[in-house]
Amino acid sequence: MAVSDSFSVDSFLSARSFYGHTLTSPLMLGTAQYPSPDILRQAVLAAKPGVVTVSLRREGARQRAGQAFWSLIQELAVPVLPNTAGCYTAKEAITTAHMAREVFQTEWIKLEVIGEQDTLQPDVFGLVEAARVLSQEGFKVFPYTTEDLVVAEKLLAAGCEVLMPWGAPIGSGKGLNNLFGLRAMRAHFPDIPLVVDAGVGVPSHAAQALELGYDAVLINTAVARAGDPVSIARAFSLAVQAGALAYKADPIESRDMATPSTPVVGKPFLE
Amino acid sequence: MMTIFVNDETHTVSATTLAALLDELGYGGARIATALDGVFVPATERAKATLINGAKVEVVAPMQGG
Repeated sequence: MAVSDSFSVDSFLSARSFYGHTLTSPLMLGTAQYPSPDILRQAVLAAKPGVVTVSLRREGARQRAGQAFWSLIQELAVPVLPNTAGCYTAKEAITTAHMAREVFQTEWIKLEVIGEQDTLQPDVFGLVEAARVLSQEGFKVFPYTTEDLVVAEKLLAAGCEVLMPWGAPIGSGKGLNNLFGLRAMRAHFPDIPLVVDAGVGVPSHAAQALELGYDAVLINTAVARAGDPVSIARAFSLAVQAGALAYKADPIESRDMATPSTPVVGKPFLE
Repeated sequence: MMTIFVNDETHTVSATTLAALLDELGYGGARIATALDGVFVPATERAKATLINGAKVEVVAPMQGG
């Protein structure tokens, strides 16, 4: 292996395909809640994400708030992943997905069907239903789901080729809440691109997801609501690179007892 | 004249199609998507989408999202 290969995440990324597309970074970055459009722009430049997520909202004829945001997204020239945030039924999510496909000119859709307000937990029944309909209509669905393996199987059967389990409730910053579940998902679906979506709070959480073998991490609140969004965006960029490199490097297993790291052979006898 | 609800706001308009409504309200040239009574209407179909009194129109545009 060339030295440059061993220090780059390129080979990690090239092995991961999201509906036939290779990302330039395992970091997916949300665009909401930044203090200003300029800080969002700077954060995207610092994070160098493979994808930015976007959404749709009602547009007034006079305000035209969406048009300025659209100009910013075009300027950043990062692939967009529209979401169906705020949808509580499959029907609503399906209609939103159609609108997003027309506005953003992409078949990619981050499918959210929310089932519960306190945790923003996905309604997995509505999610599977919407995923089936949208997949049949040519959408490339990125479903925001839980780590439930049965639901995951049903999403794949519905046509999804990517799964996005939550790390913790959206915006909670709690990190990877169910390590066992996320590990089990990785082990159960070795060939499916998996993205931890939601709940990440600090860069070490993102690195941990990559170390587990996840293909990408989607982060929004942890960057946008930090005291210095631009600096932490850079930190997240470095963290996912570290995590990807660590995964490639085949880390040691943890163990309960110590093993000496310094060889004892040849140790001087000093007593 | 008809009463049409656009994003839950009441408008009295002379337009009889969705395309004409968007022009009349000043959306011309904006990057938007539309739904009529909860059903997505592609841009290419707006001129054929007939409005009736009390119709509910949704007009959306790009927005920040997570």
